[in-house]
Amino acid sequence: MEHIAARPAPAKPPAPILRILFGDAVSALITVGVIGLIVMMLPVLDWAVFDAVWQGDAEACRAGGACWAYIHDKARLILFGIYPPDQQWRPVVVIVLILAMVVASLSPRFWNAGLALLWGGAIAVMLVLMKGGVFGMVDVPTAKWGGLPVTLLLAVLSLGMGFPLAVLLALGRQSNLPVVKGISVCVIELVRGLPLIGLLFVAAILLPLLLPSDWTIDKLGRTVAALTIFAAAYLAEVLRGGLQGLGKGQAEAAQGLGISYWKMVWHIILPQAIQKVIPPLTNTAIVMVKNTSLVMIVGVFDMLGAGRAAAGDPAWPAPFTETYLFVAAVYFAICFGISVYARWLERGVKRKSYA
Amino acid sequence: MTAIAVTDLNKWYGTYHALRDVNLTVAEGERIVICGPSGSGKSTLIRCLNRLEEHQSGTISVSGVELNDDVKNLDAVRREVGMVFQHFNLFPHLTVLENCALPQILARKTSRAEAEERARHFLQRVRIPEQAAKFPGQLSGGQQQRVAIARALCMKPKIMLFDEPTSALDPEMIGEVLDTMIHLAEEGMTMIVVTHEMGFARRVADRVIFMAEGQVIEEAPPEQFFTAPANPRTQEFLRQIVH
Repeated sequence: MEHIAARPAPAKPPAPILRILFGDAVSALITVGVIGLIVMMLPVLDWAVFDAVWQGDAEACRAGGACWAYIHDKARLILFGIYPPDQQWRPVVVIVLILAMVVASLSPRFWNAGLALLWGGAIAVMLVLMKGGVFGMVDVPTAKWGGLPVTLLLAVLSLGMGFPLAVLLALGRQSNLPVVKGISVCVIELVRGLPLIGLLFVAAILLPLLLPSDWTIDKLGRTVAALTIFAAAYLAEVLRGGLQGLGKGQAEAAQGLGISYWKMVWHIILPQAIQKVIPPLTNTAIVMVKNTSLVMIVGVFDMLGAGRAAAGDPAWPAPFTETYLFVAAVYFAICFGISVYARWLERGVKRKSYA
Repeated sequence: MTAIAVTDLNKWYGTYHALRDVNLTVAEGERIVICGPSGSGKSTLIRCLNRLEEHQSGTISVSGVELNDDVKNLDAVRREVGMVFQHFNLFPHLTVLENCALPQILARKTSRAEAEERARHFLQRVRIPEQAAKFPGQLSGGQQQRVAIARALCMKPKIMLFDEPTSALDPEMIGEVLDTMIHLAEEGMTMIVVTHEMGFARRVADRVIFMAEGQVIEEAPPEQFFTAPANPRTQEFLRQIVH
């Protein structure tokens, strides 16, 4: 038999752009429709750019275009709420600290017990910075905290504390011990069955009425607790999917080698389970970042709450649209960042080319 | 010295009686091959020996330690016994070297340097030292099974259990895994092997055990087992696998 040498596959000619856009009736219809929509939306540009007021005072904004001058004027209020202006270096440091910790935690290579401790320390420093009352810093009650630091702290704390709780709940749900399993299922189903707003109301308003009056837990603390348990229930179900995808073989191999349960969970089970559920984990993280905006309803001033308060200033011509766009842009930057990061993580997992 | 003593072992899955009054004694250094049709309980039996399955009655003692609800005993037994699975069960998120080193660190508190050195030593023994930095998914099935054997050997077991170690392999890779096991047998390791590789049984086994319906039907040295099986069920089974 004659040997046939391997040849490269023939190149596929690129489809011409016109054929992609107008190749058949459906494509043509969609193309025309989309172009039509874009044309119809062009007047928005007039409002947002050409007629917009970029600088000036409230008077200049009465003309009708977007009032970006207002955002410029109120940026501090939206970003920091009613935190005392002369102390606002503190929330700035907190934001910088959060960003620095996030950057330091990006690579999975650094994920170990040391990093968890570092996060614990960093959170403690952030809370002390925000609260003050020590090291010569003025005491700022949590009722005066507001804006972006509150949004970021709520998101980081609820996800950060919710995740270990979620691991316990997900493992508990798979447990052979009926009591452990029962409690886990109850917590997960109960919390998932309640709307977050309901949970926040219970935490913020009902709990102080039910608990003895000398048990004063800070409202922000109660809100964090509600968000944490909510995040934990959803993350637990996501993790359960990853655990179920593992198969019995991994646990059996670990048991056969004499590895103890918690070491097996930490070194063998969790890393694999998490890798399998990066997309739904990302989804939950993004939803939780946006869910923090609901705390406004129980009177915690997150970024959205601070924005609404700023827009209510009667001196300016009700610039709610501009405020919401600005706040939306900040949320988008955070959530899109999480999304890009998750895709990068997934590429790292794929590079290892698992069987 | 008795390595493993099993007396009147019974095991049920729900109402299904999977192991029925099984008795088995394995001396130190002995090589046992267990064969039988699927569902005969042979995997269940060796999975009971390191308590991956719990038995309901009868006794199992490994190196003189009885397997019961006592966690200390279980830890002691699992220190003595290494296991190789049909589907390898390597840890896919760890490199080959880490697969062999990490269990020593976690279960034996070995230092990292020592664990890695021993891992490299046994990877050399199974003749794939050059794959140490790769992930299991990048290896062939035969290579993965050899890593699994190296991983088990790193724990310094006195007894090795093999649960159909070549059943999930492509035909051209069975030989390399069997060679590794033959080497191990020649070094005097106590081995219990569930397999249908009758060539391996002939060459290595001191005794061949035939199981069906959860019972030990026949137990004989390989020569006698293959040439003059006593039980008609054994004869029938041998006719079916040797065509």
